[in-house]
Amino acid sequence: MHELSICGAIADIATRRAGERRVESVHVRIGQLRQVVPDTLTYCWELVVADSELDGAVLDVEQVPARIECRDCGRTGEIGDVPVFACHVCNSVEVSVIAGEEFVITALDLAAV
Amino acid sequence: MSAVGRFHRHADGTAHDHAHARDGHEHVPHDLGDHSGYRTGSERVEVLERIFGENDRTAALNRADFAAVGVRSVNLMSSPGAGKTTVLRETLLRLAGSMRVGIVEGDIETSLDADRLAGLGAAIALVNTGDGFGGECHLDAPMVRSALPRLPLSDLDLVLIENVGNLVCPAEFDVGEHARAMVYAVTEGEDKPLKYPVMFRSVELVLINKIDLLPHLDFDLAAFRANLRAVNPAAATLEISARTGEGVDAWCDWLRAQVAGAPAPVIG
Repeated sequence: MHELSICGAIADIATRRAGERRVESVHVRIGQLRQVVPDTLTYCWELVVADSELDGAVLDVEQVPARIECRDCGRTGEIGDVPVFACHVCNSVEVSVIAGEEFVITALDLAAV
Repeated sequence: MSAVGRFHRHADGTAHDHAHARDGHEHVPHDLGDHSGYRTGSERVEVLERIFGENDRTAALNRADFAAVGVRSVNLMSSPGAGKTTVLRETLLRLAGSMRVGIVEGDIETSLDADRLAGLGAAIALVNTGDGFGGECHLDAPMVRSALPRLPLSDLDLVLIENVGNLVCPAEFDVGEHARAMVYAVTEGEDKPLKYPVMFRSVELVLINKIDLLPHLDFDLAAFRANLRAVNPAAATLEISARTGEGVDAWCDWLRAQVAGAPAPVIG
């Protein structure tokens, strides 16, 4: 639902970082807990970049599963499709999210000058 | 920074062609011989920049502006129809005279919610998010920042930010609040914490609203609490009915505690 504004933010950063160079691809890393639908994101991306200087740039989405670490027993695991933020081994709710909240642009592929 | 040129050294001289579906160019079939030095000219540049970095910087400015005059801000979120505006109305009626309240009112197109809160002693700044990029389904930090000059911040104790009704997008955006609360209606069913874990994980307090309807519903309060604990064991809950007023005093006490916990205004 907020994929359009996300694409707007990605486009702003890509445009600023690319300077005068043409952007061929934008690589983003998005965690499972970010509630982003990749297909919707790439669809919105095409809308956002159409007729802009980013027109034709490919959005490459790397998804990261959500993982938690138990602060009591130290075990780690994925939270799975039904989100339960408790240790799968000892049931402790003293857990930390160690992956799945990523929301970064990792790299740009830029055309040669 | 690393270059990812596509060098092709073919010692055996095999002829072939490349067709890279994703990188926007195709090689024509090329022929035998040494073509070391051939490259497509694409360069990969590491960025590692947070996508909402700009929003988060603005949120920090908002928070600093609140803190500078000793104001606490609470971001109030819910799905559409859960009763945020009715809760706010009852809240303002109870806090009038004892706490100075400002409201930032997010609404996609109308002033309907702001109209319902007018005349209750609070300063109200309306933000129509329909002007946002794509017609926004949430408030972001720049939108809230645009509303702040329309509030007499230095005369206030508390700013309540009524977000756009939506269980997905508002959770993603730090708007510069000090605390987050949500209004959840018992008519929404027990399962929503599991379906919208990001929202339920982001709040300190869940107001379980419309409890006057419980006798007419199959809503299982214990199951809802278990689902909430599964995603956010630390969340506090209060059972309220904005319609009958039950529990609203306890919510007002929670707000008073927020304000009492505010750091003293920055002097000078």
